[in-house]
Amino acid sequence: MSEPIEKVSIIISKGSLEGVYPGLIMANGARAEGIDANLFFTFFGMDAIHKQRWGNMKVATVGNPGLHIPTIIGIIPGMSAIATKMMSSKIKKLDFPTIPEFVEMIADTGAGIYACLASADLFGFTKDDLVDQVQGIITVGEFYEKAAGGPIIFT
Amino acid sequence: MTTKLLAGQDVEVDAEGFLVDPSQWNEEVARAMAKEEGIDTLTDKHMQVINFMRSEYMAKGTAPNIRSLGKTSGVSVKELYQLFPKGPAKLAAKLGGISKPHGCI
Repeated sequence: MSEPIEKVSIIISKGSLEGVYPGLIMANGARAEGIDANLFFTFFGMDAIHKQRWGNMKVATVGNPGLHIPTIIGIIPGMSAIATKMMSSKIKKLDFPTIPEFVEMIADTGAGIYACLASADLFGFTKDDLVDQVQGIITVGEFYEKAAGGPIIFT
Repeated sequence: MTTKLLAGQDVEVDAEGFLVDPSQWNEEVARAMAKEEGIDTLTDKHMQVINFMRSEYMAKGTAPNIRSLGKTSGVSVKELYQLFPKGPAKLAAKLGGISKPHGCI
């Protein structure tokens, strides 16, 4: 039998609803299995840990062929809001947590939650802009140190 | 499926060590299983979670996941992970003699 996974480090780099959930599900699922987990938010993924933005993440309707609507429709103002509303109501019906609730829960499981220094500098974010669950704004080198010994998953 | 001796009692377990028949469970079996999982003593709080898991399973046929456990068991997610560091829902199900929670969240 293969050796069980003991630790995972998951990078969330996308700033859309569908870009953030998979990483959160994987981190929470890891902890549920007793696997150590780190979450590292970078670039637009930082919205998921931004005080003013984590409750307002949207589904991307442009450049998202999986949504099965023509791009020309996707660009119409309000389309993203409609797609987001549809997906959010499905998420609610399935009793999935919202992004803020999910991030809070994952923090409570003891997972590490970190923001990327380069992205924070790029967007002009400080620790005060980010939610309390964030344990630090760290460099890529520090991320690799924390990830040592386990797989890294980029989403 | 194999037979295993736990707390002086023969029980049927699956490949992961979960009881196949929840009716073979008792607190002594739970304590013996806990030791194997690195939990030396099952406190009242552990038992509260385990009993809650069992009653939910008996009532609904499935074990609650960590999120609903945190919301409904009276023990917070944070505390659940302190009690069962190796995965509260999975471990409490195991120690409760029921099958593990199924689902991604």
